[in-house]
Amino acid sequence: MTGKTLYDKIWDAHVAHEADDGTCLLYIDRHLVHEVTSPQAFEGLRMAGRSVRAPDKTIAVPDHNVPTTIGREDPEQMTEDSRIQVEALDKNAKDFGIHYYPVSDIRQGIVHIVGPEQGWTLPGMTVVCGDSHTATHGAFGALAHGIGTSEVEHVLATQTLIQKKSKNMKVEITGKLRPGVTAKDITLSVIGATGTAGGTGYVIEYCGEAIRDLSMEGRMTVCNMAIEGGARAGLIAPDEKTFEYVKGRPHAPKGAQFEAALDWWKTLYSDDDAHWDKVITIKGEDIAPVVTWGTSPEDVLPITGAVPSPNDFEGGKVEAAQRSLDYMGLEPGTPLSEIEIDTVFIGSCTNGRIEDLRAAAAILKGKKIKDGMRAMVVPGSGLVRAQAEEEGLADIFKDAGFEWRLAGCSMCLAMNPDQLKPGERCAATSNRNFEGRQGRGGRTHLLSPAMAAAAAVTGRLTDVRELM
Amino acid sequence: MDKFETLTGVAAPMPLVNIDTDMIIPKQFLKTIKRSGLGVNLFDEMRYDDDGNEIPDFVLNQPAYRSAEILVAGDNFGCGSSREHAPWALKDFGIKSVISTSFADIFYNNCFKNGILPIVLPQEQVDILMEDARKGENARITVDLENQTVTSSDGQSFGFEVDPFKKHCLLEGLDDIGLSLEKSASIDAFEAKAGQARPWV
Ligand code: SF4
Repeated sequence: MTGKTLYDKIWDAHVAHEADDGTCLLYIDRHLVHEVTSPQAFEGLRMAGRSVRAPDKTIAVPDHNVPTTIGREDPEQMTEDSRIQVEALDKNAKDFGIHYYPVSDIRQGIVHIVGPEQGWTLPGMTVVCGDSHTATHGAFGALAHGIGTSEVEHVLATQTLIQKKSKNMKVEITGKLRPGVTAKDITLSVIGATGTAGGTGYVIEYCGEAIRDLSMEGRMTVCNMAIEGGARAGLIAPDEKTFEYVKGRPHAPKGAQFEAALDWWKTLYSDDDAHWDKVITIKGEDIAPVVTWGTSPEDVLPITGAVPSPNDFEGGKVEAAQRSLDYMGLEPGTPLSEIEIDTVFIGSCTNGRIEDLRAAAAILKGKKIKDGMRAMVVPGSGLVRAQAEEEGLADIFKDAGFEWRLAGCSMCLAMNPDQLKPGERCAATSNRNFEGRQGRGGRTHLLSPAMAAAAAVTGRLTDVRELM
Repeated sequence: MDKFETLTGVAAPMPLVNIDTDMIIPKQFLKTIKRSGLGVNLFDEMRYDDDGNEIPDFVLNQPAYRSAEILVAGDNFGCGSSREHAPWALKDFGIKSVISTSFADIFYNNCFKNGILPIVLPQEQVDILMEDARKGENARITVDLENQTVTSSDGQSFGFEVDPFKKHCLLEGLDDIGLSLEKSASIDAFEAKAGQARPWV
C-alpha cells in the first residue's frame, strides 16, 4: 500500500458519509462567516425552519464592508447597504448563537487573520468560509476551502460539505531565498509558473526548505494565494513553528488536551511514498522580488524585467494580454521599475499581519513617501494594530506619511469607501489585480510589503534591494 | 431549485480567457442581502460606460444576444472569488448553461447549486461552438443534460462529462441540504467518534 499525503490524512479523518459514487459528506471543524456571503444563507435557514447545527464551531466577523477610518462605530460612516449587511450579521450571530467579533471589539479584523490569531484554526482541522482566501488557514496543516453561499447554508445546517476528493499536487521550493525575497514573491512566482488554472482540481501542498524556513505569517501568505493558482486549498505540514504559534492562543487546547493534540498533529505530514498527481519544483535562489504587470495574478515578472508584448503569449492569452495592457495603460518594453504609481496599499489577508508591517516599516524607517503619494496601512486585525503601535511601527508609518487605519479588508476589494479612481495606479500587497478590483478603472500591481514600502518612497515600482 | 432538462437557446460568444468573478459581478453589487435582482448588473463594467449607458459592442448588449441563455467562454471561466453572486447574476439574466474548456472550482460548484449547468469541452469543440455562437440568434445550441450532449445549430453533437450526483440533483431540482439532512445519523455518529478522538476540536 502506498503512503498518504497530508491531504489524504486530513480527508480520511473527516469523512462522515460516503456514497457509492464517491461523493462524501466531509465534516467541518470550523466555519468562519463574514457579512457579504452569509445573509442569504441565514435567510435560507430561516425560510426552511432550520437551525445552526454546531454554533460552537461557527465564528463570525464583519470585515469586507467596514470602514477602516477612525470613528467608524458611527453608523453615518457606512453607506446604507453596507450597514444593512453588517447589521444582518450582528443579528444572525445573536439569533443563532455563534461566536462573534463586532467592529467595536479589538479582536475584530479580516476573518482569515482573526481565525489563526484566536486559535480557532488548528492543525488537521477542516476549515471553511464563504471566501476564496480561506486557503490561508492551510498554513497550519488544516484543510481549508473557500465555499459559496449555498454551501455556507449547507455547512450551517449540517456541519458538513458535499465533496469529492481533489487530486494531490506538490509544490516544492528548494534551498534558500535570496535577500529581499519574501513569501509573497514565492507565492506569486508559483502562480507565474503554473498559471491561474494550474492548480484547478488539486489541493496543493507547499514544501521544501524555503517553505520550512518561513515564519507562520509567511506560510499564511503562501497558502493565501493557492486560490489564485486555481487550487481550492493549499497546505503546509505543521512543525514546531506551527505548534509554538498555536500554543496559548485563546481557543487552542490547553494542558493535557494540548499534549494529546500534539501527538496527533505530529503525524500530519505526507509519507515518503505518497502518490502525487502533479509536482512542481522551484529553486528558492531563482526567485526574485516580483510584481504583476497585468490584470491576472499570473501576470508576474521579476522587478528587473519589462512589460511584455501580447505576442510573447499564445492562444487566448494574446487577446487577454492586449486587453490587460490597454486597461493598465502600459506599453510593451517599458522597464517595470519605471512604472509610476500614485497609491500604496499595505494590508489584506495576504499581507496584513505583524511580520508584514515589520518588513514594510524596516524599509520606511527614517524615510518619507514621495510627495503627493496616497499611502495607507490597514492592519489585518485590531490586535495586529495594537502590537504594531507597541513596537513603534505605527509611528514609522505615520512619520513617513502613511495613513494608519483600523482593521478590515479595505482597499483589497474596495467595498468600503477606500477605492481607486479611474486611471489611478496602486502598488498593493493584496492578492488580486483584476479589472476594477480596487475601484472602477483603477490599476493594481501586486507585490510584497517591503516592495510596496519601497514604491511609496520612490513613487515608482522599485527593486527593494536598492533600498536595503 | 428549478429542474434542468433540455435547453435550446441562443449562445453568446465570450472568447476572453480568465473571465473572473469581479468581471461577472463587480463588488459594489455584493452589498445585497438577497439572491435575486443581480441580472441587470451582470458584467456591469464591460456592459455599461461610466454614465450607465450600454456599451453597444458588448456582446450581451447586441440585439442578437440580449436573450442569450448560454455562454460560450474562454478558458478558466469564473476564476477569482467564491461569491455566489456570480451565478446568481447569470441566472437572473437568464443564462442557464456556460460552456468552456475549464472553470474555476468554486464557481463550477456554485453553478450547480443554482440550476446552471457548466459544461467542459475540449478546445476544438469549444472553438466550433464559439463559431456557431457568433452566428447570432438563429444559431441555437442545444444542451441535453440527460444524454450529456451539446449540439450546435448545424447538428454537430459533443458528449460531456458531469458528476452523477450533481446531474441527479440538477435533473430533479433537488435541495442538497435536505438530502444531507437525511444522513443525520451518519453525521451524529461521526461527531461522537471524532469528539472522542479529538476532543479539543
Ligand atoms: S482582505 Fe481581500 S482577499 Fe482577504 S478576505 Fe478581505 S477582501 Fe478577501
